[in-house]
Amino acid sequence: MKIAVFVKQVPDSAAKVTVENGVVSWGDAPLVINPWDEYAVEAALSLAEKHGGDVTAFSLGGESAKEALKHALAMGCAQAILLSDPALKSVDSAGIARLCAAAVQKLGGVDVAVFGKQAIDSDTGLTAAMAARVLGWPSLTLVASIAQLDPAAKTIRVERGIEEGRQIVEGKLSAVISIVKDFGEPRYPSFMGIRKASKAEIPTWTLADLGIPAPEPKITWPELTNPPKREVTNEIISGANANETAAILADKIIGEGVL
Amino acid sequence: MAGKIFVYIDHFKGKPLPASWEVVSAARKIATEMSATVSALVLGQGVESIAQPAFQYGADEVLLADDASLADYRPEPFASLISKLAKESQPEAILFTTSTRGRELAAMAAIDLDSGVIPDVIEIKHEGGNFTATRPIYAGKLLAKVTCSTKPAILTLRVRAFGKPVADSARTGTVTKVAPALSADQIATKVVDYATTEGRVSLGDAAVIVSGGRGLSNNPNLQPPADITDEKQKEIWRAQQGFKMLGELAEVIGAAVGASRAAVDAGYIPYAHQVGQTGKVVSPDLYIASGISGAIQHLAGMRTAKVIVAINKDADAPIFKLARFGVVGDLYEIIPALTKAFRERLHK
Repeated sequence: MKIAVFVKQVPDSAAKVTVENGVVSWGDAPLVINPWDEYAVEAALSLAEKHGGDVTAFSLGGESAKEALKHALAMGCAQAILLSDPALKSVDSAGIARLCAAAVQKLGGVDVAVFGKQAIDSDTGLTAAMAARVLGWPSLTLVASIAQLDPAAKTIRVERGIEEGRQIVEGKLSAVISIVKDFGEPRYPSFMGIRKASKAEIPTWTLADLGIPAPEPKITWPELTNPPKREVTNEIISGANANETAAILADKIIGEGVL
Repeated sequence: MAGKIFVYIDHFKGKPLPASWEVVSAARKIATEMSATVSALVLGQGVESIAQPAFQYGADEVLLADDASLADYRPEPFASLISKLAKESQPEAILFTTSTRGRELAAMAAIDLDSGVIPDVIEIKHEGGNFTATRPIYAGKLLAKVTCSTKPAILTLRVRAFGKPVADSARTGTVTKVAPALSADQIATKVVDYATTEGRVSLGDAAVIVSGGRGLSNNPNLQPPADITDEKQKEIWRAQQGFKMLGELAEVIGAAVGASRAAVDAGYIPYAHQVGQTGKVVSPDLYIASGISGAIQHLAGMRTAKVIVAINKDADAPIFKLARFGVVGDLYEIIPALTKAFRERLHK
């Protein structure tokens, strides 16, 4: 089996993110692999372990995106490729999906392309379904578990997390899947894996390599702002005992008109 | 301008999501400003009863596809039909609710129609011929103004961000039947089964949420059954008793149960309950946080709640800074007392 997984480099979720002069700042917080993408890498690796084959990790971005790829390599991916081109200044989700799809096609013979649920910076959660559409493959998003995969019959059965619980869906391979946290804790990079990743050569595929023009963005982000400060009057409720405290609190909450 | 605005009516097995009416209602408002009309897309099987409320909430027209191939939601046949209808009618915009279905249908339609998606928006403006929307990014740590320069603009509207929809029972409109875009053999996926959790209040659209954190495991008075010998399992058992206690409060006040990432990672409660940057971002009228200290990732996921109540042993917990009301104390004493107090006051 040939598996592709897509990862992104993002500011750590603990970062205090602000806008200064129109530019996003996350202070001295580190850049890390997008937490959702770690589940995607875990799913990709567990598929390869179970059914044979290897995993290629891709990331889109500048040099710093190589760190996310190194993390994926350290977790156990066989190779990593950076998608980068000076012509790619501003790309929207659809553009990213077209680049991912072109990478899958250039790699060739991919059975499953795996994505995380969304990136914790832009929070769009669109790329997997868009890439599936560009490729013309089934889109199996928000996968909580892979119940069954038959490489010979080229079928996959997954449990998807939906608002109402779980939907169990069967699809034909090749397919695009996106992974949610229920899939299971991602493995830690091993010591050997980290050593291997630090020495790994990460080739870059440009637009010319992918054979597509720079996607024209339809979506632009003209302005970023800090959200309005939350104006709140704090009131500590304290009665003589728990029952009295609870009674005061219940009255106060009802008084706010939110029940 | 006499354009159209499409609204996809999200439903599960013929039961519309209440958030769909928020979208119809928001579409109505924009359409009126633009002198446009609202077409509601109702796709499924046995779904014609959805047309009437769609009119009442503001649709002028319902495009109804009623077919066995649409009985189960699958993105391919639904997206293909939405795109086909959009190519025929050239709407100015297609609006979805931000649900699992809405997000992926928006994504796929954007590829088909070579347009862009602005997901999870909290405000929409139509200016200079383009749609501009505001959406939270970094789980709400920032707000972005986003513009779509192509037609149709495809947007998904955040649940509960556009106010309560009001139905006008006098409103009516025309139903136009449409045929599916794909035949059954053109669809490469099939739904095998469901494991649903119906009857429980879902976090995403809950008006009231009661959330628990690591603090729920700190009740030394709770004695785990003798067959649990492992310390970690004892801790999980204690926390689960705590979540049961929160569940009782939730039932009395009609709330959904949420949790911090710490509680989910510790195995106290399934991930579906997680609130925060790597869980669900929620915006209820009332959010009661118990035993949650308030890590920045959690605060990002609930900071837009109207009224926040914090119950925590640690008076220095960051959650208190956001809280309208705080109780510094033992949640194992406060929560049952609060359940009782609400039961008396709300007569339940």
